[in-house]
Amino acid sequence: MILEMRNISKDYAGNRVLKGVNLAVEEGEIHSLIGENGAGKSTLMNVLFGMPVIRNTGGFTGEILFDGRNVDISSPKEAMKLGIGMVHQEFVLLPGFSVLENVKLNREKTKPNFLSRVFGKKMETLDYPAMRRDVRAALDSLEVSIDEMMPVRGLPVGYMQFVEIARELDKSKIRLLVLDEPTAVLTESEADTLLGAMRRLREKGISILFISHRLTEVVAVSDHVTIMRDGELVDRLSGGEADVERLAELMVGRRVTESVRERSVPETGAAILSVRNLRVHMPGEEVRDVSLEVRRGEILGFAGLAGQGKVGIANGIMGLYPAEGDVTKDGRAVPLNNPREAMNAKMALVSEDRRGVGLLLDQSIELNIAIRAMQTQGKFLKKIAGLNRIDAAAMRAHAARMMRDLDIRAGGEGQHTRRLSGGNQQKVCIAAALTLSPDLLFVSEPTRGIDIGAKKIVLDLLCDLNRTHGVTIVITSSELAELRAVCDRIAVIYEGRLAGIVPWNASNRELGLLMAGAAKDGRASERGAA
Amino acid sequence: MNFVRKNSVPLFFVALCGTGAYYSGLGASFLLNEIITRLARNSFLVISLIIPVLAGMGLNFGIVLGAMAAQLAYILVVNLEFRGFVGVLSTCVLSIPLSVLFGWLTGILFNKAKGKEMITGIILGFFANGLYQLVCLTFVGWIIPVRLASMLLPDKSGAGPGIGLVNTIDLRSVQYSIDNLWKIRITMPDIRNFCAWMGWDVTIPPSIPITIPVGTFLIIGLLCAGMYFLFRTKLGQDFRAVGQDRTIAEVSGIAVDRVRVAAIVFSTVLAGLGQIVFLQNMGNLQTYGSHVQVGTFAVASLLIGGASVARATVGQALLGTLLFHTLFVVSPQAGKNLMGNVQVGEFFRVFISYAVFCVALALHAWRRIRDRNAGDE
Repeated sequence: MILEMRNISKDYAGNRVLKGVNLAVEEGEIHSLIGENGAGKSTLMNVLFGMPVIRNTGGFTGEILFDGRNVDISSPKEAMKLGIGMVHQEFVLLPGFSVLENVKLNREKTKPNFLSRVFGKKMETLDYPAMRRDVRAALDSLEVSIDEMMPVRGLPVGYMQFVEIARELDKSKIRLLVLDEPTAVLTESEADTLLGAMRRLREKGISILFISHRLTEVVAVSDHVTIMRDGELVDRLSGGEADVERLAELMVGRRVTESVRERSVPETGAAILSVRNLRVHMPGEEVRDVSLEVRRGEILGFAGLAGQGKVGIANGIMGLYPAEGDVTKDGRAVPLNNPREAMNAKMALVSEDRRGVGLLLDQSIELNIAIRAMQTQGKFLKKIAGLNRIDAAAMRAHAARMMRDLDIRAGGEGQHTRRLSGGNQQKVCIAAALTLSPDLLFVSEPTRGIDIGAKKIVLDLLCDLNRTHGVTIVITSSELAELRAVCDRIAVIYEGRLAGIVPWNASNRELGLLMAGAAKDGRASERGAA
Repeated sequence: MNFVRKNSVPLFFVALCGTGAYYSGLGASFLLNEIITRLARNSFLVISLIIPVLAGMGLNFGIVLGAMAAQLAYILVVNLEFRGFVGVLSTCVLSIPLSVLFGWLTGILFNKAKGKEMITGIILGFFANGLYQLVCLTFVGWIIPVRLASMLLPDKSGAGPGIGLVNTIDLRSVQYSIDNLWKIRITMPDIRNFCAWMGWDVTIPPSIPITIPVGTFLIIGLLCAGMYFLFRTKLGQDFRAVGQDRTIAEVSGIAVDRVRVAAIVFSTVLAGLGQIVFLQNMGNLQTYGSHVQVGTFAVASLLIGGASVARATVGQALLGTLLFHTLFVVSPQAGKNLMGNVQVGEFFRVFISYAVFCVALALHAWRRIRDRNAGDE
């Protein structure tokens, strides 16, 4: 065993994110670690690397053995000294530097000159020939033929990944290499090359811990697979036992979900909104090509792993991020990139970025509720001498009614929204959206950062809006259980495209496969659409 | 076409300079003389801006503080009655500790205003100017003793020396001591006889010999070589890394704040030396005025050369200095000849020195937008 993490537990302010997790990586193997977002993989890695965030929040319990010896890793530097390297999901590369300069960033080889003898090591000349030899050796061990003098800007994304890996290899005596979703940004052929490189590193005796959502790759390359869910270890399989369907099922799990709402069978109702070839340029949540229809009166869920683009769809339709494509509401085309037009089409958005987009934090609750309707529909305004003035009485009355209806707990209509709890802030956002009297409401991550009690209230509220007011609702959420509880249909987004639409009670296996991009036959997508 | 697109800023100013030179009616040899003098005088100051640009701190308007350090050193040297090359050399030696101190303080301030270094630098210049005046106007002659009474303003009765430095300090004792290290004169062939012989009816002003201060240019060349060397050292690599992405540099273990302070210290020291070169050529020191526009003019020069707030080279600095000062020389005459009024000519000079900022920055912004649009396709 090169690495053993035993019985690791960690909580953030009472919230247990790791519950006695064990992880054992053997010498010279490729070990995969899989789990949904929020399963605790990143926290486990933060523990392994002794990241400050762990120590600053009270440390962890459990023990770590590296190479059979008990180790206390208190900083990333120490992890590096032990021979543990990590390639992060986001590239740590300077675009204007060459491959060589990036690999050697802040570890440059230098040689003394006359000035450095006076002013110290900082003035030593860079030794390019020696660095070229090192970098060439690292790249050659990956068997990639990148020119080390090329600037990183303009390299294909797949090559940037290799630059990152070469950097870890170039650090002396690497024993264990952690790859955090290295294939997420790669095309299929690039991913194949990377898997090939991983196998070669294994032959050289370097152990690899491979974190990935792409189950086919996990199955193809792993010697062992560890599956985590909700901060717990679910199972540890050997490579031979693992197949995609089994992993998908273990990853998503059989979670007890109490149904909040009685559902009628999804009717083949008329479309309220139809989206054709939508592309949205939202950094980190790029939407590449999505076409679908939202039926009048339904609750539709957008599911998918972080970064796959589910969040971008509502933001694109509502004009918050640059978008292309055709969006038709009630048979009329809605111009994109224009929030006002989107609101005029009786659509409203409760943003996932509550504090950034959703609220004016230093303004009163009543103004937050009223302002969009004021700006786009001229509500709560009265004309005095030809000038528009805020009708304070009407605004206050409306806010008071909303606060009563939605049970917003606050010191009064005039309180600033900054000091409200997350649940109450979310309700103010919903109230503001409702004030636009939409017949189609987009809600993104409605329960993120809200405590459990408030979660239920928010979800009940959405169900109630749908049932009694006939508002069509589109919920984007990272929590599958939440979508299962309230939606009629769930649309799964993978790599910026629609992977499939399934009924709310589809099996875990089916959802898991869609979210991991492994459903290739299209069978799943037909079921929901029928 | 690509060449034109990439160099739109300097090309625009080349055209402007050409037009200005044509309408100014100034003789080629006179113009050449002026430009060479000004190039020798100002290049050093402009080059001092490069390091902070590459370290991602934008255009360092804080070089005004370096100029102040140089002037304080000059005042001390004049007071001690050091002369000639020794005088200039001791000014350099005296200015460096002051510049290091000022640069260090500026760097600390800039670290507290990351991303807003330029506006911070401009305001810092104003603030430092206030302190400088406080020292020179009230402390000198009162708290700080002065050897030469002639350097002090007369007191109220006009009888004896009072408090505060005079407006203009004579630097004739050190004037040209760098320029004169090695100076060559080239006499341009007089083409008037040739024209008369050919029967062309043109009026050409008489040719005057062109003086080239080779010593000064050698020092500037040395500085350029030093810059080249610096960016091949570990420290230079750190400057560039920090300039590209602070966060990534930090993650890679580079002490970002210290590197940024070092960049400003380098810049301030070089600016101080630049101001020394400048003043030894001018031959007099406007106690309360010489430093005021150092930052603005140097920054304008660098921008005209085609540099941006994120990218600058020694070549751009030299080209920019050449173009800016050509424009500075020809614009009053051109304005006068075109508008028929001396006042308009003077206005032109002021207008040019500030308008270049807007034009250069607007051209840069325009190019950036176009590059971004091109990148989308």
